[in-house]
Amino acid sequence: MALLKLTSPHAHSAQNTARVMQLVILATIPGLFALTLFFGWGSLINVTLSCMVAVGSEALVIRLRKRPIMFYLKDYSAILTAVLLGISLPPLAPWWIAVVGTSFAIIIAKNLYGGLGYNPFNPAMIGYVVLLISFPVQMTAWPAPAELYPSDMQVPGLWHSIQIVLPLLNPDTLSGVSETASGTIDAYTAATPLDTFKQNTGLLVDQFYKKELFFSQGTWAGLGWEWVNIGFLLGGLFLLYRKIFTWHAPLGMLLSLALCSVIFYDSGSSSSLGSPLFHLLSGATMFGAFFIITDPVTSATSNKGRLIYGALIGVLIFIIRSWGSYPDAIAFAVLLMNFAAPLIDNYTMPRTYGYSKSGVKSNKKRKEDQSDAR
Amino acid sequence: MQEFAVILISAIFVNNFVLVQFLGLCPFMGVSSKLETAIGMAGATTFVLTIAAMSSYMVNNWILVPLNIEYLKTISFILVIAVVVQFTKMFIEKSSPLLYRVLGVFLPLITTNCAVLGVALQNTTKAHTLSESTLYGFGAAIGFSLVLILFSAMRERLTVADVPEPFKGAAIAMITAGLMSLAFMGFGGLA
Repeated sequence: MALLKLTSPHAHSAQNTARVMQLVILATIPGLFALTLFFGWGSLINVTLSCMVAVGSEALVIRLRKRPIMFYLKDYSAILTAVLLGISLPPLAPWWIAVVGTSFAIIIAKNLYGGLGYNPFNPAMIGYVVLLISFPVQMTAWPAPAELYPSDMQVPGLWHSIQIVLPLLNPDTLSGVSETASGTIDAYTAATPLDTFKQNTGLLVDQFYKKELFFSQGTWAGLGWEWVNIGFLLGGLFLLYRKIFTWHAPLGMLLSLALCSVIFYDSGSSSSLGSPLFHLLSGATMFGAFFIITDPVTSATSNKGRLIYGALIGVLIFIIRSWGSYPDAIAFAVLLMNFAAPLIDNYTMPRTYGYSKSGVKSNKKRKEDQSDAR
Repeated sequence: MQEFAVILISAIFVNNFVLVQFLGLCPFMGVSSKLETAIGMAGATTFVLTIAAMSSYMVNNWILVPLNIEYLKTISFILVIAVVVQFTKMFIEKSSPLLYRVLGVFLPLITTNCAVLGVALQNTTKAHTLSESTLYGFGAAIGFSLVLILFSAMRERLTVADVPEPFKGAAIAMITAGLMSLAFMGFGGLA
């Protein structure tokens, strides 16, 4: 458990850690389904690979610390971290991307701090940022959605995708024929809608939407990506309904992101920074809002604190997306606010029941105490 | 007006003195174990950094450059900083004995904060004007204060974490600072 600086009354819930983690993993299914539908098997392979590495490295650390291995593995927290990281990695990335990122996330970002409940930073996002900074080429190569493939090309099937991720399984690699020599193209990559939109120079938003296939074939905010975001939104709403987290952080983030984009939308002019709908349904917005920033360990603790925490993440996302040099900003914004969460907690500590804000006993409480003493 | 905003944002976030340029790490590690002292230190450093940036500009451009003795830059900046710190110390001692007692030994230690010398030297290499130099010093100080205060709140939480024995104390603090520096790379390209 994180050190709760909240005061009594503490309400206890019947959920245990493993159950919560399982539910969150379950809730990623709609989003994961949409990712697979539009971008092929890559995301599922990433998730599987990450899970295996996560369980392995978690077991290794616990063994080194001479703790009971099964007790810690059974809480599913390592697997959840791996699932979240696997989803954020580009599909069809080489296998070592998932291995390096997951082991960094589990060993350094989580277990060096003492494991679940003590890590100040979201491990999945640490893994993602380490990869993005160290291997920018692999980390920014997203496959094109199936609809944008040239007509004579096939989206790689399951076995072919596995071969792309793990080249050792490819007979060509084994027999020493290099990829270029065999003359086959494995998959197509394309800029994401966020990337594409950044390249807009001098066109009105409407004209730009008509020109770019991503937007002309999509319904709201770019082909494929809008459905991925809707998938994660559905999963998130399910978790909200099951009361896994409160609505404060996601609402704060989505509202502030929408508000920022309304201010800078500029009614679709050539220097517009994108409509609110575009920002809400592209990149990792919904995934971040419901699966990343709601992590109870690394976010602020009180409801008011979570509202502030979420809102500031929204603002940071908009700033980095619009003026920064990285394509999406969820991971950076979340880490920056993880960093600020303890201070937010410090200043949003709720009032203790019976005490005034400054810690002085209220008259009513004093009388009660006196009558108790008698 | 625009360039002033750029200087400020650059000094606070993009080229944050602690997390991006790795200057001023000693007070960042040394004074960050408690939130109250961190806030006091942040205030004192902000004052000293701004004044030192301004006065070192004056010393450089009004004394060293006309006399053609710029090679004395480093040593004269150190002198200027020491004087400003001593002045601040005397001023706080007389005007607010309480704050003076809270800050204690950290006040004279600002002299050895390499961020202060770093700002003065960078101002000469970047050829800032007087107002730009002052603003750069102020921005650097705000950036320093921001991460110092955030880090101290986080370290208060780390003291109760179940950190493995070899990583307890300074080691985990350094790792945390490294991960924070990673997060600050997200500001790259803003200004």
